[in-house]
Amino acid sequence: MELRELVPWVYFLAAITFIFGLKGLSGPTTAQMGNRVAAGGMLLAVIATFLERQVAEAWVLVLPAMAIGTVIGFVGARQVPMTAMPQMVAIFNGAGGGAAALVSILEYTHASTLSGGAPVGEVIAILLGLMIGAVSFSGSIVAFGKLQGLIDARAFKYAGQQLVTGGLFAGMILLSLVLVADAAGMMDAPNELVLGVIALLALAFGVALVMPIGGADMPVVISLLNAYTGLAVAMAGFAIGNQMLIVAGTLVGASGTILTRLMSKAMNRSLTNVLFGAFGAATAATAGAKTDDGRSFREVSAEDAAILLGYAQSVIIVPGYGLAVAQAQHNVRELADLLEAKGIEVKYAIHPVAGRMPGHMNVLLAEANVPYEKLFDMEQINEDFQRADVALVIGANDVTNPAARKDTSSPIYGMPILNVDQAQNIIVIKRSMKPGFAGIDNELYLDPKTGMLFGDAKEAVSRVVGELKKSG
Amino acid sequence: MTEILLGAYIFMLAIWVGNEVISKVPTTLHTPLMSGANAIHGIIVVGALLVATALPGPLGTVLGFLAVVLGTINVVGGFVVTDRMLQMFKARPRPAKPAEKK
Repeated sequence: MELRELVPWVYFLAAITFIFGLKGLSGPTTAQMGNRVAAGGMLLAVIATFLERQVAEAWVLVLPAMAIGTVIGFVGARQVPMTAMPQMVAIFNGAGGGAAALVSILEYTHASTLSGGAPVGEVIAILLGLMIGAVSFSGSIVAFGKLQGLIDARAFKYAGQQLVTGGLFAGMILLSLVLVADAAGMMDAPNELVLGVIALLALAFGVALVMPIGGADMPVVISLLNAYTGLAVAMAGFAIGNQMLIVAGTLVGASGTILTRLMSKAMNRSLTNVLFGAFGAATAATAGAKTDDGRSFREVSAEDAAILLGYAQSVIIVPGYGLAVAQAQHNVRELADLLEAKGIEVKYAIHPVAGRMPGHMNVLLAEANVPYEKLFDMEQINEDFQRADVALVIGANDVTNPAARKDTSSPIYGMPILNVDQAQNIIVIKRSMKPGFAGIDNELYLDPKTGMLFGDAKEAVSRVVGELKKSG
Repeated sequence: MTEILLGAYIFMLAIWVGNEVISKVPTTLHTPLMSGANAIHGIIVVGALLVATALPGPLGTVLGFLAVVLGTINVVGGFVVTDRMLQMFKARPRPAKPAEKK
C-alpha cells in the first residue's frame, strides 16, 4: 500500500479532532485542550496533504506561501492587544473567506479544462463557495476597518442604498445562473470573464452589506461572516470532493449561526434588523433632543467615590467597553482587592454584550486575574442590584440604560439591561457625558442617586485606589 | 452526482453535530468559541494546497499562492489567538507581563 492512500484516513481523523475541539471549546476547563486538539488535527491534515503528488511537486510555490502566512498569522495573533480581539478575529476570518473564494476559482478553471467540463452540481458548489467566500472577505475587511477606526464606525447610509445592494445581489445571482446554464450545456458563455465579474460583484456586495451597519452591531456581523466563511469552506469541500472540508466548514457554519443568533438576542435585535435596520440613523435623530430637558447630573470626585465605596458592604462592578479601551482591568482588580481587604463583598456584573462581543469582558478580566467565580451573568446578578450599596459602572453605557425597560420610543427598548438603577448608590466612571455606541442618552446619569466621576477609566480608577489607600 | 449526494448527507449530519455541540456554551466562552471556530474553517488551507497548481500560467500561480497564504493566516492566526485568549482563563499567580513566551 502506498503511503498516500492513508491521506483520506488522516483527513477523517482530523475531522474527528474538529468535533472534539469544538466540544472542548464549549467548557471553561476543557477549552484550551479543545483548541489544541483541533490545532493538532489541522497540523496532521496539512502534513498529510503533502503526500499528494501535485502538492509535493509544488513545494517551491506552497512552502514559501505557508511560511509567509504563518509569520503574518503568528505575529498578528501575538501582538494584538486583547481589546482589539474582535477585529483580529474579523481579519483572520476574512483571510479564510478569501482563500475559499480563490480555491473555488481555481477549481472552476481546472474543472472546465476537463473533457465535457464540470458537472452542474460541482459548478453550483463552486459558485456558492466563490460568492460566500468573497462576501465574507470584503465584509470582514470593512468590519475590521470600522472597529479599528480606519473607516467611520457609524452606519453609512445613502439614498438608493437598498437598490444598490439588491442590484449587486441580483447581478451576482443572474450571472451565476448563466454559468450553471453553461455547465448544463444550454448555452456557451465566456466562462472566465463571467466568473471574474461574479467575484467582483460579490466583493462589492460584501462591502455594501457591512457599510450601513453601525460599529455597535459589528460583533454580530463578524459572527455572521464567520458562519459564512464556514459555509464557503463547506462549498469548496463539495467542489473539490473533500469530505473533511465539508465537515469542518459545516460545523463552523452551524455553530456560527447559533452564536450569531445568541448575540442578536442578547442585544434584543433580530438578525434582519441588524442587517437592514436603521439603528444608527433613527437614534441620531433623537439623540440631541433629550439632553436639553433641563435635568442636571451630579459630578463626584475620586475622594467622594472612595468614601462611598469604603463604607459600603456590597459593591457590584459593571465593566464596559470603556474599561477595555483604557486597559483598566488591572486597576479595577486592585480596587476590588482593596475593598475586599476591608471585608466588602465585590462582584462583577457582566452583560452578555459587555465589551464588543459576548465573553470579551470575561477574557479581559481573566487577564487581570479576576477569579472566575466573581463574574456573574446578567440573569444571575440582576436581582442583587437592589441589595447592593454601590454599583460602580466603569465605561459601560447602553447596557445600563433604564430606557430599555421603560421608554417604548427608545431604539434600545426591550434590550435586556443590568438593573444598575436599583442599587442604593451609583458611581459612573466615564470620559464625558457623550452618548454611547448606540448614540442615545442614558437617563441613569441624571438619576439623583448617580454620581459621575469623569475621566479615562484607568486614570479614574487609580485615583480612587489612591484615595482608598490614603484613608487606610 | 453520487459524490455530491454523499457530501449532502455529510453536510446534513455536520449541521446537526454543530448545533448539538454549540448550544450548551456559557456566554463567557462565546468569544473564544467564535475565535476557535474561526480557526477550524482555516482547514481551507488544505483545499488551497490541493488546487494551488490547478491553473497553469502566471495568473494561476498568483491565485494559488495567495490562496495558500490566506488559508495559512486563517489557521495559524486563528489557533494562536484563541490559545492566547484561553490562556487568560487559567489561574496564575501574578501575570509575568509582556515577556510571556511559549
